[in-house]
Order: sequence, then structure tokens, then C-alpha cells
Amino acid sequence: MPTADETSKIPGSRGPEIVATPAPFGSCPLPISEHQRIVLGHGSGGKLTADLIEKVFLPAFRNPTLDKLDDQAVLKIGDLRLAFTTDSFVVTPIFFPGGDIGRLAIHGTVNDLAMSGARPLVLSAAFILEEGLAMDDLRRVVESMRAAAAEAGVQLVTGDTKVVNRGKGDQIFITTTGIGIIENDVNISADQARPGDKIILSGTVGDHGMTIMSQREGLEFEGAIESDCASLNELVVTMLSTSTSTQRRDFIHTMRDPTRGGVATTLNELATRANVGMIIDQRSIPIRESVKGACEVLGLDPLYVANEGKLLALVVPEMAEAVLDRMRQHPLGCNAAVIGEVVDTHPGMVLMKTEIGGTRVLDVMFGEQLPRIC
Amino acid sequence: MKYLDEYRDGEIAARIVDKMRRTLTRPWVLMEVCGGQTHSIVKNGIDYLLPAGVELVHGPGCPVCVTPLEMIDKAHAIARLPNVIFCSFGDMLRVPGSEGDLFTIKSLGGDVRVVYSPLECLKIARANPKKQVVFFAIGFETTAPANAMLAWRAREESLNNLSLLVSQVLVPPALEAILEAPGNRVQGFLGPGHVCAVMGYREYDPISARYHVPIVITGFEPLDILQGTLMTVRQLESGRATVENQYSRILDREGNRAAQQLISTVFEVCDRKWRGIGTIPLSGYHLRGEFSRHDAEKLFDVAGIAPREPEICISGQILRGLKKPHDCPAFGTLCTPQRPLGATMVSAEGACAAYYTYGRHLSPHGSDPMHPVIRETEIIHANR
Repeated sequence: MPTADETSKIPGSRGPEIVATPAPFGSCPLPISEHQRIVLGHGSGGKLTADLIEKVFLPAFRNPTLDKLDDQAVLKIGDLRLAFTTDSFVVTPIFFPGGDIGRLAIHGTVNDLAMSGARPLVLSAAFILEEGLAMDDLRRVVESMRAAAAEAGVQLVTGDTKVVNRGKGDQIFITTTGIGIIENDVNISADQARPGDKIILSGTVGDHGMTIMSQREGLEFEGAIESDCASLNELVVTMLSTSTSTQRRDFIHTMRDPTRGGVATTLNELATRANVGMIIDQRSIPIRESVKGACEVLGLDPLYVANEGKLLALVVPEMAEAVLDRMRQHPLGCNAAVIGEVVDTHPGMVLMKTEIGGTRVLDVMFGEQLPRIC
Repeated sequence: MKYLDEYRDGEIAARIVDKMRRTLTRPWVLMEVCGGQTHSIVKNGIDYLLPAGVELVHGPGCPVCVTPLEMIDKAHAIARLPNVIFCSFGDMLRVPGSEGDLFTIKSLGGDVRVVYSPLECLKIARANPKKQVVFFAIGFETTAPANAMLAWRAREESLNNLSLLVSQVLVPPALEAILEAPGNRVQGFLGPGHVCAVMGYREYDPISARYHVPIVITGFEPLDILQGTLMTVRQLESGRATVENQYSRILDREGNRAAQQLISTVFEVCDRKWRGIGTIPLSGYHLRGEFSRHDAEKLFDVAGIAPREPEICISGQILRGLKKPHDCPAFGTLCTPQRPLGATMVSAEGACAAYYTYGRHLSPHGSDPMHPVIRETEIIHANR
């Protein structure tokens, strides 16, 4: 999800701090810049975020569960398999068409659990509130969390509240943590993807990110854009209930909700994790006209824009049509489409056939998506 | 989507390519001038569709890329000041100066803001009367009218806390510099559609005549680019060299008169340095004397800033079409969009960044770099 809009104050005119890495050849007066401080791009979900995880967090906490780098940890406790995840939510504006920070905070964590095939059970919520936040706004957020939790069938069972000085936060930050149960015949993980798997996308791309972006920029587009934020656990249950000849539910290999960094970044993560290649057909990717238009106007690529109520599923080829049929009967999957397949060539890489018949590599986003000048 | 899908039709694309194939009797080297065209070519995989005899090299038309290092350093020096709100087009934020980029300055507390339109700075200046609001006015003729309008409005409203750091450049002198360069390979140009929407295309006639080179003013959608390429190839094959207009749904020979008038009211032509290329005489604009109160170079003490450019970066040669991104030893290794070493890697419109973004750092050396033949054994850095 998009990072908070920054409201930076100027503490003084300190110069930037840059690491000068010696160039291996030539004498290059321009240093290779490695950020010595956090920049917004570190929160974009792209390469900078991955770098941060790899260089700062993984070395400190490394263990087999964490190393899987799924959106949730799967813990075995006796015969029980638990999915466990946490997510923080910062967004400006806190209320937007189609949702608000409270809904996001419930849906985001529920979805991270659901992507392992888990049935979400309980959530915790921690609030960081900025001094001066309107009590009515807080009530609205909390009410919307209650409604979202009820829809998703989860209970909020513990929580925490902190208040920071005015200017030290951006109205409200929420962290939610969740626990869910995974049935024994379900085994969904990023490293399960196999060549031949069909790649199913549950609906249109870019709705959430473009909603936030157009709100921030004060842009209005013909045909309103609304955030797609929704809990996907019911859709997942529907998908897993697709009837099979074997009565087993191992036909979904991988699921991921393409939030920050969008569909392109998520596909790349999956391709890398499973060491497989992917081929996507641009023409098959569902997108709303209004979102497409907004992206054209702002110079952004919808495949890198955040979604908050969509999932990508890698499904064994013989079950893909049946799963797709089930998905389309669910309101959150009515625009679902097969957008490509997993291949055994070019591992770790995602290729896309473009709408005019060319081919390009779909790479991960490196930082913030920046509007181009012309 | 109306006005877009019509220009992205795969069947028509195939027909144009087929015509091109039948027209070709020998190989040709064309240059697309605009960064926006380069972006479209790689984003849509147009280069992949072209017949083998047509080579597109990428031109100098990425405004962010050609902004000289010293202007970037001046911008950074101003943006670091505590009392300044520094406003810029988005992709300028990642352009490295001698010390970091605007993102770094922002992370240290500098008030750096992205604007979509230069006129947004008026609002910011009115709302912050105690701050100095500085807009980084970069770009080709395309951005010149809006940038000029900002200076004009600032003067009209006597907004004395609003100024422009101007690094405005012009396309025609750059084309001449390319054609004059030793070893030039470019035989025809896809001319800059947006630039000509402002300026018209009269001024390209003498260039086309003097160097006997076809110039086809071309748009930015895939079919625009394919049609512009076909028109250029047809001229070359028939030995003609004139200026033609593929982008006639947008522009005519005269361009936008009102915009031209505004530009000449606010700016005057001057020598400009181009990043990676050097000084090209009479290749840019600066503010006229009447606007000196809004000229950031005169308001801030930045005259002494004159850094040296990195030696390893071959962006100058890439901007002139002499080399391709793959020819650079640093491409995709030392130099990535994350850590750009030079001009052409910094903006999504830059040739190196476009190649990188659309995965051309993954395609093997040795094969035609415009055609992404991907062999498993040669993929080393695949998306890691």
C-alpha cells in the first residue's frame, strides 16, 4: 500500500550523506549512492524494500520460517498448522473512496493469512494516534474496522494504543497481527509454483493505488475510481472448494495478494522464490477504463500500482478452468482471468506479450513510481 | 480506451511492419529523438517487431537526462537550504548530482515537492510567503510554455518568493550536433511530436535539406512510432529527404502560436551545456532580464558550482546514437536505475533506464540488442 504522504519539516541544512564506493575501473568522481538514510522508496515494495529486508532484517532474524519470505509464517504446533502475520498501515488520506485506513488494516492482514489458504481467526490491533486527531475520525475508523472484521468473520482479541506529539505522526497509524488455521490438505506457498501452472488474477488491477493517487493529486476522472479493498478469505474458501476427482485440495500451488509494487512486482517475487519463469499476456489483464486513463494521465504503469482486494493464484493447468469458474461466481472474482502461465525457461524472470504483439521483460519496480515529465 | 486503443492495435501493427519489410532493400539506422518515444518503444516491445534491417537508436530527447550535472548540483544546493520549498517534476528526484539526489535531500529534511504542473508552484508560493519557492524549470520546448507561464504569472502577481532554476534546452541544435559528430550513424529521424506541437516543424526544414536527412515528426503510441518508422524508411529507400508529419492529429507546421509568443516573451536563446555531451551553442533558453527577480541563479549563490562528470559513463555517446546501453561496461552492473551513474539511466525516458526497466539488461551481449533473445545460460542477474 502507498506510504504516508510526507509532511517533512526542515530541521536544518545538513548535507546529504552518501557512501562513496570505490569504482572497480576508471576513476569515477560520481559515487555509487547507497542510501545511508531511509528514503520513501524503501517503503515502495519494490527493489529498495527487498534490499532493506535482505541487508538489514534477514541477517538479524534469519530462521527457516522467516527465510521462506512468504507474506505469512506457517507454524506447526502439534497437529495444527497456524498462519501468523503482521502488517502496518499508513495512508494519506485516511478516508478515500471505497474504504479507509481501518478497513485496510483488517483486510490487509486477513488477506495475508488467506493467501496461505488459512481460515483467519483472530486479530490484534495497535494504534499510534497523533495528538489532535479528531475523535470523530477515530470513531469512524474504529467502526469501519468493526464492520470489516465482522464481514471477514474474524475477532479482534487484543490491542494497544499510543499517542505521539502533533507532527510526530500522520493522524493515525495502525498495525494489525493475525492468526489463522490451515487445513491439513492445503499447502500453498510461494515456492510451490511449477512450470505449467496457470496464473489467475482475481480482478482488475490498480484500483486502490489510483484511488489514493487521484485523491492526493486532487484529480477527478470520468467514471469514479474506488479502492478495491476487501477481505479475500471467502473467495479463497470458494476456490479451495472447487471439486476435484482426487478430493484433495493441492491444486492451488501459490497465492499472493499484489499490494505494494503491484502485479508486476508480485509476479517477480514469485518467479524468483520458485525459480521458475512466467509469461503474461497483457491483453488478458483486467483493468478498468478509468484506472487505465488515470495511469495514462499520470504517466504510471498500472501493473506496478497497488491493489488491496485482488489475488494472484498459480493453479495446476487441469484445474485452472474449474477454479476460474468458481471464482467468477463470487463477487470479488467476477472479473477473474487467466493472465499467463508458469514456464521452465528464463527462471526468475517474467516476460509479457504486449498488446501490439511485442515482448518485453516485466521487471520489479526499483523505488517509488515517479511521474514522467512528458 | 478511446484515443488510445486505436493506436495499439496488433493487427494494424503487423500490417505496417509487413509493408516496411517489403519496402526494405538495405539496412537503415534511424533515431527516435524523444525520450517518450524511447519509452514507448521498449514498453511495447516495438523494437522486437521491427524487421531486422531497421535499427532504432535512442536520441537525446530525455529532458531529465540531458540536464547538466552542474545544474543538478545547483538545484541540490538550493533544495538543501532551510527556508526553501523546492518543486520539481517527479523523475528529477532520482537524478544523481555529485552528492546524492533530491530523495536524499528530502530524507534529511529538505522540503522537496513533486508537482505535475509548474503552475502548482503559484499556490505553494502564495501559501508560504515566508519561504522561498523554487521551481526546477527543465525540459525541451514541450515544457517551455508552462514554465514560461509560471515566470510570467509570478511577475504579474509580484510573487517575490517564487523563482525558477532554468535549464531549458532545444531540439534542433541537438540534431545538428548529432549529425555533425564524427562517426554519426543516424540516417533518418523520428522527430519530436510534443516539441513540434508547441513549435511547429518549420525549423526542421533547413536541417533536413542541409544534411539530406529525412525527419518524420512522430507521435508516441505504438502505431504512431511504427508508421513514423515506415514513412522514414520509405523516404530513405526512395532517396528523398524532407520533413513529414506523421502526428497530424495533434500538430501542424506552424505549431502553437500563443505558446511560442509566451516563450519568447519570457525566455531568450542562450548556449546550454548538455549532460554527457557538453556545450551546444544556442541550444537552450534562459530567463530574460525583465524576469531576473524570479531567476533562482541570480537569487541564490550558486555561480561557483561547476562539478566534473563521471568518466566511465558513456551517456554522451548514447545520447548521440553512437552507442547502445549494452556497449557500456557499467550498464546493469555498476550503473542501474537504483544507482544511476549518468544521464541516460536516471529517468524512465533515458535510453539506459528504458532498456533496464524493460529487462534489456537481461538480454545477452552479442545478439542484436534490440531483440531480446533470452538464453537461460546467459541470465545472470535475473531480477534479483
